[in-house]
Amino acid sequence: MLAFIVRRLIQSIIVMLAVAFIAFSLFQFTGDPINNMVGPEASAETRQLLRERLGLDKPFPIQFLHFVGNVVQGEFGVSYRLGMKVEDILVQRLPATLELVAVAALLALAVGVPLGVYTGLHRYGAVSRLMLTLSLVGISLPTFLIGILLILVFAVWLGWLPSFGRGKVVSIGWWTTNFTSWDGFRSIILPAITLSLFQMTLIMRLVRAEMLEVLRTDYIKFARARGLTNRAVNFGHALKNTLVPVITITGLQIGALIAFAIITETVFQWPGMGLLFLQAIQFVDIPVMSSYLVLVAFLFVIINLVVDLLYYAVDPRLRIDRAAVGAH
Amino acid sequence: MTEMHASATVGGRTVDLIRRFLDSDVFHSFKRSPVVMVAFCVAMIFFAGAFFSPWLTPHNTFDASTLNLMDAFRPPAWKAEGMKEYLLGTDDQGRDVLSTIMFGMRVSLIVGFCSVLLAVAIGVTLGLISGYLGGAIDSFIMRVADVQLSFPAILVALLIDGFARSFLPRSMHEELALYVLILAIGASNWVQFARTVRGSVMVEKGREYVQAARVIGIHPAMIMVRHVLPNVIGPVLVIATLALAVAILTEATLSFLGVGVPPTRPSLGTLIRVGNNFLFSGEWWMTIFPGAALVLLVLAVNLLGDWLRDALNPKLR
Repeated sequence: MLAFIVRRLIQSIIVMLAVAFIAFSLFQFTGDPINNMVGPEASAETRQLLRERLGLDKPFPIQFLHFVGNVVQGEFGVSYRLGMKVEDILVQRLPATLELVAVAALLALAVGVPLGVYTGLHRYGAVSRLMLTLSLVGISLPTFLIGILLILVFAVWLGWLPSFGRGKVVSIGWWTTNFTSWDGFRSIILPAITLSLFQMTLIMRLVRAEMLEVLRTDYIKFARARGLTNRAVNFGHALKNTLVPVITITGLQIGALIAFAIITETVFQWPGMGLLFLQAIQFVDIPVMSSYLVLVAFLFVIINLVVDLLYYAVDPRLRIDRAAVGAH
Repeated sequence: MTEMHASATVGGRTVDLIRRFLDSDVFHSFKRSPVVMVAFCVAMIFFAGAFFSPWLTPHNTFDASTLNLMDAFRPPAWKAEGMKEYLLGTDDQGRDVLSTIMFGMRVSLIVGFCSVLLAVAIGVTLGLISGYLGGAIDSFIMRVADVQLSFPAILVALLIDGFARSFLPRSMHEELALYVLILAIGASNWVQFARTVRGSVMVEKGREYVQAARVIGIHPAMIMVRHVLPNVIGPVLVIATLALAVAILTEATLSFLGVGVPPTRPSLGTLIRVGNNFLFSGEWWMTIFPGAALVLLVLAVNLLGDWLRDALNPKLR
């Protein structure tokens, strides 16, 4: 177990270093940063002085180490576009994205799992066929179009829900939340549905496929032969055994949710990290781009690690196999 | 004499190929599935409409002299203020929406096909090398693939796009946008091809025909391309079809986000982006029609891909 964790940690560190290298090399392609900071009339001495102060006269590997050191301490530099410290902007934007992603993930699970179980159990029912067809349409609908359609129906035509922004948010310490006011809660509904729809179809199809697989196994037949109720067989035995892949995929899909939040946030002008990143790309705001990259990679690495550990906790076979291998 | 003989054989072979195709399981399952036939027809109509758009469109939207600002914001023809020469209405500059959709789909399809070709080229090459050579090269390529796969493709595409933007001078962004987009989408989708090909190559590598080729001293590169590749290309075809749907969606998304093709040469995503600005003032047709065209196209390609996967899978017969 310990060896497994250590190996995964080392892998994660290598990935993070590779990402940091990409983020760092972004700066190298945009010409001399000194030119961005001082005017063209600055003398050679001022340039040299600034260069020495920023450590830009050092060789490439030393500069990279310097960059990594700064990032580890949470210093990401100053945004070209906004003129603020990037870490401050990120802290300000992070709660919006995380709340949106959390609500979308819960929504996707709450709808996707029951639908998956239902379509798995009633394989040839009319409702199941309808859900499967709808899910194919759902996969073919791009996220931004779902958002636009929801805005058109619920904000423009019906006027029930707000179409952009977070509405009224309440700050708790540095965190800002949507859930303590009715206006904030109303604002998160459309973006969360938009973001979760694709994941919902994915989870439904996954649970369905796993259920079909599990229902064919001998232990389910045996459970039925023992005269257990349908309920006990379907939920106690079958559903429980489909959960391992569901946990893995859902966990890994949280990464996808963070990425797709870029699109949802753009459609709904949601003031999160994704919108910030997109604006950074359009304005070639390198410090923001590279910090977003590092931060998102860090979140992904953490998610992957947690999922691996969960996998380990949920599936006892893994533990036994390892122990057996270790004993020999 | 020999020439005639050769052409006769070629003709005979073509007829034979067609007959074999009509007899095949794939065609048989095609005939039996009405949904797939409809999807095929829709896809073909869209492909034809897009690729022959310069000759087929009712209006040339790139010719400013034919545009009339008086005709701007016309709703579809069946509405009260609609005009019958603009079947699906007009946009903010008086351009015919149907024509812009046909031109836009052309751009979307070009980017889609080219980026899938790029992804196949990268993926199949790396998969062949990885599977055939094995060892350190294999584990390096597969580690890179693992890492890339843990990041969603759309994020990788956005990053490559952003990378290219910071690398290229601003004045060249518009001209090169199409190539940057193809590169970004292609490079973000190679992993699944590499993995599939690698898996099949590792199986094929142990077969007798490969050993025989090796024994008679054929160069490894030649064995890979001439002998192994034809035997592993089947699944690639299926993934490529499904990847086309993903590539079209990715292109539309990037263009919608404003980092794709420039508005001077709009794709479906760009059209939706522009139309979105007029959603609140009630001009819904500028968004909904390009959106519907995009969804129908992707749905048709997805259905074809799903069917192809099942039809080519011997386990499901």
